[in-house]
This record gives sequence, structure tokens and C-alpha cells, in this order.
Amino acid sequence: MTRSTAIIAGFLFVALIAAIPAALFLHEPYLISLFGRLAILAVAGVGLNLVLGHSGLPAFGHAAFVGVGAYSVGITTLEGIPFLANGWAQFGLAIVLGALSATIIGALSLRTRGVAFLMITLAFGQMLFYGAVSLERYGGDDGTTLPTSSTLAGLSLERGSIALYALSLLVLLLATYAAWRVMRSPFGAVLRGAAVNERRMQAVGIQVFRFRLAAFALSGAICGLAGALLANHAAYVSPANLSWMRSVELAIVVLLGGAGTTFGPLFGAAAFVLLEEVLSGLTEHWRLIFGPLLLLVVLVAPGGIAGLLSGKRDG
Amino acid sequence: MGLLVEQVVNGLQFGVLLFLLSAGLTLVFGIMGLVNLAHGSLYMLGAYFAVWFAGMTNSFVLGLLLALAATAAVGVVTELVALRTLYRRNSLEQVLGTFGLVLLFDEAAKVVWGPAGLSLAPPEWLSGQVSVLGVPYPAYRLAVLAAGMLVAAGLYWLVSRTRAGMLLRAAASNRSMAEALGVNTRVLFSLVFALGAGLSALAGILAAPLLTVHVGMGEEVLLLAFVVVVIGGVGSIRGALFGAVGIGLLDTLGRAYLPGLLRGVFSTPVADAVGPALSSMLIYVTMAAVLLVRPEGLFPIQRRAEAGRVVSAP
Repeated sequence: MTRSTAIIAGFLFVALIAAIPAALFLHEPYLISLFGRLAILAVAGVGLNLVLGHSGLPAFGHAAFVGVGAYSVGITTLEGIPFLANGWAQFGLAIVLGALSATIIGALSLRTRGVAFLMITLAFGQMLFYGAVSLERYGGDDGTTLPTSSTLAGLSLERGSIALYALSLLVLLLATYAAWRVMRSPFGAVLRGAAVNERRMQAVGIQVFRFRLAAFALSGAICGLAGALLANHAAYVSPANLSWMRSVELAIVVLLGGAGTTFGPLFGAAAFVLLEEVLSGLTEHWRLIFGPLLLLVVLVAPGGIAGLLSGKRDG
Repeated sequence: MGLLVEQVVNGLQFGVLLFLLSAGLTLVFGIMGLVNLAHGSLYMLGAYFAVWFAGMTNSFVLGLLLALAATAAVGVVTELVALRTLYRRNSLEQVLGTFGLVLLFDEAAKVVWGPAGLSLAPPEWLSGQVSVLGVPYPAYRLAVLAAGMLVAAGLYWLVSRTRAGMLLRAAASNRSMAEALGVNTRVLFSLVFALGAGLSALAGILAAPLLTVHVGMGEEVLLLAFVVVVIGGVGSIRGALFGAVGIGLLDTLGRAYLPGLLRGVFSTPVADAVGPALSSMLIYVTMAAVLLVRPEGLFPIQRRAEAGRVVSAP
């Protein structure tokens, strides 16, 4: 992280916070909805970045963990189980189940390397996707709308509410800080070292597998949390949350922003959501512009936005 | 018994289509080390072009040939303009870049042909039924199976018996050595890509009368093709053939019989809810199991010196 990226990230955070008074006084509720999506996408990006960016592992099934978090909220809301239908329990459950599913999937996937790893994470993601499709009780293929939102510390996290938006920003801030701390710790040094040269790490006497599994679980927990926010944000859960195209989208957020950088996920989510917003305002066929733009980013700015800002190839 | 025969032939026919799709993918993946998500787009374009040209010329065969040429041309231009620069990037950047192409092709198809699905009638002389082991079966599907097997045989001959195939295998097993011995890998790559694009387009064209041609059909089948490539072993044509036929049969028979089997074990509502999902999951479970036991796939090609370079992580 260089100074310029930190300053720009700071500006972005301030702009995200400024949306709250703007929405209150200028009556622009749409801004909250748009930025809320941005923040939640960025949280999921922070989670994925731990694996995809910092650890250099091409994971392609992270939408599944977001989906696990979303369904945790959705199912507890719909079933109305007394002690589980409050916000703390729901968010806690989303985090725990996100971490748990990531631990199981990670324990199996991390036995492989490279493209095999990419494909096996994708395979597990697909399994969870079809698992969600089979939940006939919760709408099967189509998913289901959520009649009520989570309630956290007396605040109702309704769709489009300031409370939900503020919570999403807080989670983003905390997740970004936590990821930064983790990557500065000896634990993070092992992850980065193994990304550069796994064999050398093993030779030093470090069991890389355990560290990677812990990173995978942490990343699943953060994605699960993002999913819990998403379920409230959309007031809707569906298997589409878990589809492999969503996993690709998440990876795009991380790569676009700058893989393995602190603020990359924030930059990536901002670029992704805002570009989509601006381009789709210009033309119905905005993907004709967005698609080649993605290709262009890979060709001219492989370090993503953070890489461009800091002027180094690897950000 | 009649149903079983029909399902097995269905599975074989699906497998053959998958093979056409994965053969190109595995070559591009194995030889150039390119994870090409846009491979499915060529399948889609092939199908759209087939509907278009068949409508214009009023002939299925002419439509097929023109669609093949048009899609191959699109593929070659894409390779020259965009993909060539991606070969030396890591797999994640390739995914990002080629996903951009997927968005472009999908949206372009929507602009040109509209959002509604299109259909294509099989040629008249193949619209009837024929008898397979006493079971009536659509002639067109059988023709697809035959055509696929013919192409598979041709491809096998090309790769294992011709000079071009020898160079191709050499480049797949050790690219630097092949280059050092004077093989122009850049030209070879372009040819391989054109071949792969053509095969993918052919799969799309042959599939067009069997389904509704729509935007997004490429992504649906692309994932299956990747499963085939990974199970068979990246870069291996033989692996793609066995993988494709295996997956085709597994998927078709799983969908046909798994819900029934479950009904014998669980109560009907449970079986009806879980059955379809479980049969969709079946191929992914298979892939995960294969990768855990043999990360290189079932028929890995032999690599020398720079072993693992092509399949290694970024």
C-alpha cells in the first residue's frame, strides 16, 4: 500500500459515508441502495482477496459462501425460530456457517494446485448451487422474498434503510482493517511467502496447508457475513447468489481493484458497480463496452486499479 | 429396456457434442495454457450463424458450412486481436480477460438476433425416425452421433498420424524445446485455435436443432466442457473423448434414473426434491473425486523438463 492509494481509499470511504446525509436531506434513497451494493460487494471482495490475492490461490467458488450467509439469514427469518430470528444470531450463524463450509471445502480443495484447484473450488461451488436449487421449501430455483429483515441492537435492517447501509460500511471498514492486520502479521507473511514459493516455505518447516486452510476459513467467514448483509439488502435470497457467474464477478472485483492489495476490493467494487451504473445509463447494451473494458484492464493494467495508482506493476 | 436404449444413445450423442466442444478447449488449454471462457461463446455463435445462414439459403448443409466458416473467422480474429496477448498471463487474468469477451459476444448476439430464443429445424431428410435395436429414435440425433464420431476419428488421425499433429503434440509436451527445434509455435497456436473454434462452432451448429438457440447457451455448456477437460487431463484429446462420453452418459442416465432410485430409498416428496439437484450435482461430485485422487486427470499427457508449467498456478 502506498500513500496515494491510501488517500484515494480514504476519499472513497468519506464519499460512501457522505451518502448518508445526502440521502437524508436530498431524498436520494437510490444512492443508499447503489452504494450499499458497492459496500457489500467490497466486503465479499475483501474475503476473497485473502485467498485469491494475498495467498495466490485461484479460488472460483466463493459465491457459494456468500450464498451460505444469505440463506442463513433467509431460512432463520422464514422459519421464525425464536432464539435464531434475531440479528445477532443470524449474522453469527452466517459467519460460522460461512467459515465451516469454507473449512470443509478448503480441506479438500487445498490438496490440489493450480488449475486443478481452480476447477475443484468451482465444482464445490456448483454443488452448493444445486443444493440451494433443491430447497423447494425456500422457492427452489426462483428463491424467495424475505417478509421481514434482521433486527440488530434494536435497529431494523430494512431494505434501503440507513441502518443497513451504515452497518455495511462499518463491516467493510472493519473487514478491510482486519485483513490488513492479518496480512501484516507473521500469519500473513507465511501466506505471502507460500504464494511466492511454497516449496521454500515447506523447507523452512512451515506446514503451509494449515495456514492456507485458516485463510480459506477466514475468507469464507467474511463472505458469509457479506451474504447476510446481501440478504437484507435485497430482501431476497435465491440460488442465483451462488451461481458460478457470481464467483467470476467476485474475482473480477478483486482483480480489477488489484489482487493482494489492501484497498483493491474497495476499488474493484467501486469501479464495477459505478461503471455498470454509468454505462447502463448510457445504453441498454452496456456490456458491449464493459466487456472489452475488462479485457483492456488485463492487457494494460495487470496490477488492477491499486497497481495503477501506486505506479507499480504489482501494486 | 426401450427406455434404457434410448437414454444410452441420448447420453452418447450428448457426449459426442461435449467432445467436439472440449477437444478444442483442451488443446487451447493444454498447448497454449489459456483458460478460455470465450470458448462457449463460439459454440453459441455457431448455433446463431447456423440459424441465420440456413434461413437465408434454405439449406441446412449450406447453412452449416457457412456458419462454420463464419465462426472460425470470428475465432481467428479474436485470437489475433485479444487472446494472443493473454497466453503468457496467469490463469486469473486470462479468466478476467476472456470473461470480458463473453460479455461482449453475448451482448452482440442480443443486439443482432434479439433477446428471444431462435429455433432451427433439422434437414428434411433427417427429420424422421429410425429403429435402434428395435427402439424408434430420431434420425437427426443419430446423425449427430455419427458425425461426431467421424470428426473424433478424423481428429485422432490428425493428432497421432500427421506431421502437423506431431508438432502439436511436441508443443504440448514441451513448448520451449519445440521452439528451439524450429517449430513456429505462434503460427501453430493460431492454427490450433482456429481448429478449436471450428470444433466448438460445429458442436453449436449440430446442437441448434436440438435446443432453443439463446444467449447464455455458451456458458451453460462451457462449464461441462471444462469438467470434461479436467477429468480427462488437460491437453489430452484421448482424455477429452473418454471424459466427454463418460460425462454425457453419467449426466443423461443420472437425470433419467437417479430420482427413481432415490424414490426407492426415501419418501416420494424428499426424493422429488433432492433427485434433480443430486443428478445435476453428480458430474461435479465426480470431478471433485477425480481431482482429489488424480489432480492431473485420468489421461494426463506426458510432459518433459518443464513439467507442470502449463498447469501451474500463477
